[in-house]
This record gives sequence, structure tokens and C-alpha cells, in this order.
Amino acid sequence: MSHIALPSPDQTILERRNDLLKRLKKLVPGAILITDEEGRRTFETDALTAYRCLPLAVVLPKSTEQVSAILHFCHQNKIKVVPRGAGTSLAGGALPLEDAIVLCLSRMTQVLDIDLVNRVARVEAGITNSGITDAVASEGFFYAPDPSSQIACTIGGNVATNSGGAHCLKYGVTTNNVLGVRIVLMNGEVLDIGGPELDPPGYDFLALIVGSEGQLGVVTEVTVRLFKAPEGARPMLIGFGTNESAGACVAAIIAAGIVPVALEFMDRPAIHVSEQFAAAGYPLDVEAILIVEVQGSDDEIDTLLEKIGQIAEDFSPLTIRMSQSEEESAKIWKGRKAAFGAIGQISDYYCIDGVIPLSKLPKALQDIGWICRRYRFDVANIFHAGDGNLHPLILYDANDPLQLERVELCGAEILKLCVELGGCLTGEHGVGIEKRELMHEQFSEADLTQQMRIKAMFDPDWLLNPGKVFPLDERGAQ
Amino acid sequence: MTGPMRVGFHAPDAVEELAHLVAEAADTRTPIEVMGRGTKREVGRPVKYGTVLSTENLNAVSLYEPSELVLVAQAGAPLAQIEQLLADNEQELPFEPVDLGPALGFGPGQATIGGVIATNISGSRRIHSGSARDHVLGLEAVNGRGEIIRSGGRVMKNVTGYDLARGMSGSWGTLAMMTEIALKVLPAQREMRTIICFGLDDQTAVEALCLALGTPFEVSGTVHMHAGLAEQFSEAEIAGSGKSVTAIRVENFPASARYRSNRLKQMLQAYAPALELDTGPSRIFWNEVRALRMFQRRPDHPLWRISTQATIAPKLINAVSRKIEVRALYDWSGGLVWLETPPISDAGTVEIRRTLAEFGGHATLIRADASVRGAIDVFQPLDPQLMALSTSLKQVFDPVGILNPGRMYPEI
Repeated sequence: MSHIALPSPDQTILERRNDLLKRLKKLVPGAILITDEEGRRTFETDALTAYRCLPLAVVLPKSTEQVSAILHFCHQNKIKVVPRGAGTSLAGGALPLEDAIVLCLSRMTQVLDIDLVNRVARVEAGITNSGITDAVASEGFFYAPDPSSQIACTIGGNVATNSGGAHCLKYGVTTNNVLGVRIVLMNGEVLDIGGPELDPPGYDFLALIVGSEGQLGVVTEVTVRLFKAPEGARPMLIGFGTNESAGACVAAIIAAGIVPVALEFMDRPAIHVSEQFAAAGYPLDVEAILIVEVQGSDDEIDTLLEKIGQIAEDFSPLTIRMSQSEEESAKIWKGRKAAFGAIGQISDYYCIDGVIPLSKLPKALQDIGWICRRYRFDVANIFHAGDGNLHPLILYDANDPLQLERVELCGAEILKLCVELGGCLTGEHGVGIEKRELMHEQFSEADLTQQMRIKAMFDPDWLLNPGKVFPLDERGAQ
Repeated sequence: MTGPMRVGFHAPDAVEELAHLVAEAADTRTPIEVMGRGTKREVGRPVKYGTVLSTENLNAVSLYEPSELVLVAQAGAPLAQIEQLLADNEQELPFEPVDLGPALGFGPGQATIGGVIATNISGSRRIHSGSARDHVLGLEAVNGRGEIIRSGGRVMKNVTGYDLARGMSGSWGTLAMMTEIALKVLPAQREMRTIICFGLDDQTAVEALCLALGTPFEVSGTVHMHAGLAEQFSEAEIAGSGKSVTAIRVENFPASARYRSNRLKQMLQAYAPALELDTGPSRIFWNEVRALRMFQRRPDHPLWRISTQATIAPKLINAVSRKIEVRALYDWSGGLVWLETPPISDAGTVEIRRTLAEFGGHATLIRADASVRGAIDVFQPLDPQLMALSTSLKQVFDPVGILNPGRMYPEI
């Protein structure tokens, strides 16, 4: 086990476990309650698999009313609650606690209302991200934020972490695409925040709830904006001799007034590993590639790709491949989409999620390489270049506890570097337990206190998803 | 700054001094009127303040990186100055903030960027690009305790901690006094084309606008105005039409804008598109919409801003107009309605709020005499649960209640 501590469990809750669960079962007979060890084992971790903890129990409600009854019960009995969607958090946002009940929304998957004229949909929080698009795709519409876990992750989880995705440079992240939520507060109170309108009345509580990592309430319904799908989309691939020229090319594309729908960057190690497994035909004699995708009609796409190709010429590209067909598009994306899996085939990896100002890209890549060398790790960089959201993948052996501890220190150092360069600790994965203790790097005491006052306002006993987001000592100081 | 706070006007040029003044006001429980350059001073409930604190001397653009699409400015930086700087670099604020100044008796372009974010009043492009608050990347502010707090940052993506930056947007200075704002900007659109239909009734117009927004052509403006409202507009054919005006905008590189506009015209044949404006006249037209040109002529007439669902809007306005004479500008294909009512004692509040309760949506009174604003709910009354939560949030930011107290609601 490594160095991130978890809050010590409340012994009185552990002692009363049987009695509490019996009462809970009676209270919500319609909900699924998992109490056996084998069943609970399924929920002991999320996608930050280095950390595991068996929860007190797992409950899977089927309605807002059940969520309300469960939270009311937990509030009265001072039982901690860890809300969970699909458990795809890479930051330990859904990691259970020994004395907590995991409240898993994965059975609440209904599409409640689709209004294509006003371009909004209301769904239950447990529906998957791509489930929303699936429900409207036949009419040519889609839900825009597209985290790479979109087949599995739930919209409720997206709301909790304010998820992004490859296409957010153009369409924005979750907070820009959610208009309303139904939320259950820790005391069981049910509130509707926002709605189908484009502006909320009064304070913007929705902004506070989106990205609050399940600490302010449990979202059970979400109203999202929908967009009409573009006529078409095609990528191009550009290979460069240096990371610097790839970075400069990104800046030049944007300076020319083009906002591509996706702008992905892969460095040499990432290209080589992915090519080895996916055989997408990526050039192996380059230091970096950019995958740039644009949308529109066929003619519009041709014109834009042509223009981007001309811009790239100024940065001595070694390869330029413009997709002319769906087949070619799929091939260009194949390597990028397979990259994480491919790297996973050769090694365990620790995925970092820092953000930097784009102009600092060459320095960031250089320093990341240097930091990883110092910790004796290989690193591959894959990221959304348009918005400076870096995902260095540090290769290590997860079965070696010493390496795990070292890789976490290495990751922390990279994130501190991101903050020093003017960026932030997390662009889309959230703070969770992983980056909790680094919050001081980015925020002053007053900043953190203001955030914690909001936490305490919604949940005075700190029962909802405690031990996440804020440094543990800060919580003690409250 | 030392010594006790004087009653009067303060416009510090350092954030620390502003924080100090707020802390002092908190000590003496002196209510502060939070202000930029005062163009929206007459919006909200009339309140007696002990002192005025302005950000007008905190007006620097602290950082602008065109290639990173980010601009950081102090809250008192004039909007006009920021937009000029962006235009010089062929960029723009994508949310096209409404310039309330001229409709409220001020000159154009005098608002501050802090005022824009504090009120979150987005313009026509909101329907495509998102609202003012959607473009806030980070914020520095002074809370009611006089503490300087920061949230977010200056990068495009940031989920580190709670999103106080967007959370403070639209709070009309009642939670904290913004001192610096980081914004996402975008390349300015090179070509703009506007398709105009005349004489559509509200219901039909909204149908056409929604149809346009349901296409892949990235329609970025969808307005409809009642007959007579466009009389002051520069484009002669529009001003002289004597009919309602429905306008649909597309923007992009020239060839794309032309292609999209042509496709849209075909799809909208049933609505008889009669006129197409190219880039120059389009810019003038949308700037006039943005400055609410149609509501500048009758400053004594109350002006409402109503947020609802597009398809509900025509029914709602129809129901209201059966009781009082109104003139409406539909924006966001109907999701937003600017409504001018006659100068009657309640500004039409009773009818508007009663109709909203039936159809759904909410309304804010943007322009009316202080006597009217003192007697009615200027902001949409909230249900008790939400009001209780709002009171708690106010407590969290401003426990003594000195920042614009009562400006939005008596309780906060």
C-alpha cells in the first residue's frame, strides 16, 4: 500500500453494522442491497486500482425517492456515503471507506424526456454517457462531452467530475452542456437546480454542483443540451521532427482562426508502442504527431484540411496524411484510440492529468522527461493539445510496492510542475484521493477554506464522499 | 489605506486595498454598493448603501495569449477595451455580451468585464457558443470577510476543486466582489451571413428558428422581433418593412458561411426568406440587436428579460399580451425574450409572473423606475427550498451581509 492515507473509520458504525443494514433493508425494500463480502468486493475500488477498501455495504437504488430515503437514514445515523456511477474514476473519486455505504446509481438508466425541438434531454444519472447519444443518434443528434470511458462512465459521474473529452475544445466540458439536475442532499431533501432553460434563476448552484465530486449531494437526474451532428468529420495526421515544432503548429492553427474539433498529440514513445500493437501506419521516424480533426460538409473539410496542411508546412513536417475516406479516418484514429491499451499491454502505467498553458508545452515535455528519468521510469505522452491537458503515462510495475510509491511521487512532481507553469492539477479526472494532498500547491488557505465552507453548508457532518478533494489535515482543522 | 472607512465612493487601484476596505466594512457592518462603472446601477432592487466600492481603477488586462485562446483582465477593465484588443488579434468574446448601457440611458460600450460576468447576460451567440459564465476559466474575488479568494485558473480545462468561479457568475455582486477574471476567447468569425424573413407570427417564427438550430450548420443567431421594433435599425429594408423581423445567422470562413446560408435558405423555403445580409450589414444588424436598439427609444417603458423554453415562449407572450400591450424580442430561438411593457405601476409583474407560473420559466425586470423596483420582485421569486439554500450560500461568502445586500432578494 502506498502513502495516501484514508480517514480512520468510525468504530461505532462498524459495531452497529448488522443492525443498521437490517434497518436500511426494511426502509428501501425495492433497492438492491449488497452486504456479502464477495458482492462488496466488486465495489472495493474504482479505476485507481492501487487503492481498495471494502465498504460497509453497497446499495443500488432505482428511484430518486429511494436515494432520498437512504440518504435521510444515513444522515440520521451518521453513516458516511460514497456515491458511485460506473466506478471509472482514475483519481479514486469513488473509492469506498470501511465505514461508508456505497450508493451506486447504475440501476437508474432511464431516458425520461427527449425534446429535439428545444434540443434537450432529461435522463437518470446512471445512464452511460454514450447511452444519451444512442438515444438521439437516429435523429442525428448527440451529447457533446466524450470522455474516453464514455461507453462505461455514467452521466452522474460526468457531472461529479465535470468530465471533458477529445472534442471539448469545440463543444466545452460537462458544465457547459448540463442545464439542470435533480439532486438529493445529505439530509434527504430533493431539489431541482436549473431546468430546461438556458439560464438559471438566482445563484448558479449548478456550477457549484458540477465538478464537486459527489460531495454536495447525489445527482439523480440530469438535463443536458443536445447538438445536431455535423455533416461529416475527417482527421489528418502530421508528423514532426521535434515536440517544439508540433506545439508551435498547434498555436499557429489556432492563430489562423481554426478551432478543430479535436487536436491530439502523441510523442515518440507513445507512437512506437501504439504502432507496435495497432499497426495504424504511424510514421516511426518522427518525434511527435498531431491528429487534427475538422467537421463540416465534404468541401468544407477539404478546404480546412488543406489550410491546416499549409500552416503545418511552416514547421517542417516529416509526414502529412489527410484522410479522404471513412476508412482512412478510422486508421488515423486507430493508433490514438489503441494507445492507452497498447501501453497497458507492455506495462502497467500511471496516467497523469495535469494542464499547462499551451505556450509552455515544449518546456513541460522536457521537464516531464527529466522528472521521469530521475525516478527511473519511462514515460509516454498522449494528450489533448488544443487545451493543454497533458496525460503523461508513466510505465511502472504495479506489483512492486516500492515502485508504486515512487510512481506516485513522480506523478506528484509532474503535477507541481504543471501548477508552476501556470496550469492546474487536474483537467478532467478530478482530485479524488489522488491529488488531495496537492491542493495546497494550487490554492491558498483562504481559497480552500472558502470551498470547504460550501462543502459544510451542503453537508455539515461531512458524510458525503469524505476524505476526497481536500487535504485530510484541512478537514481536521475545520 | 488606513483609518476608518469614509462614507462615500472608493475606487482602489490595488486588490489588497479593496480587500482591506471590505474587511473594514464588515467590521462596521456598512453595506457596500458593489460597482464597476455603474452602467447597471439602476438594475435590481433599490437599496440604501453606506458606501460605494468600485473596481474602475482595477482595469488592466493582465494577460492575453491569443494562441492559447485566453485573456485575463481585472474586473474593472472596460468591455469595449477588451473587445478592441481581441478584434486587433482577430478574436472575440464568443458569448457576445449584451450591451445594456444604451437601453439604460448610458453610452454604448461602457460596461466593465466584471459587470458582464457578475450579471451573466449573454447575447445572441449563447445559443451556439455558450453563456458568459461558460467562458469563465478562473476568478479572483474578495468575499464579504475581506479575504482574497481564487478559483479556477487560466487554462482551458480545470476541475481542481469546486468551481467557485462559475458559481459566482450571475450573482450580481452579492457573494463576492470580483477583481480579476480569466476568460476563454475564440477566433473571430471571418464571414457572417444573415437570412431575414418578414411578417412571421411568433409561433411560426420560433418554429423556423428551432428548425434552423436543429441543422448541422452551426447557426449562431436566431432572433425574432415584433413589428415596429426594427424601425431604428440601419438596414433600410428592415427598418422600413413595417412587419415582424425574423433573423438567422451563420458564421464561418467565407465559403462555408455561403454554403451554409444557401442550405438554410432551401430548408426555410416555407418561411419565405426575403433578404440575405452579407458580412458588413450583418455585423451592423447583430450589433444593433446586441445593444437592444429596439428598446432605446422608450426609456420610461419597463423592460423584462424572460428565460423559458423556445417552444413555450410564443404561448407565454401571447397570454401576457392579451392583458397588457407588449413588444417582444425573441432571442435564442425563443429561449430568451426581452419584453417591453407599458409604464404601468407594477410594470406588468402580476401578469408576467402569473403566466410564467403556468407555462414555466423565469423573469427579471431589467429596466423600471426605482419606485416600481422597490415595490415588486425584480428577480424571479425562488421556491422556499432554493431560497433557503441561497441564504446559506450568501452566509458562506458574506456572513455579515455587506455586499450588495438586498440587490437581488431581500434575504440575500
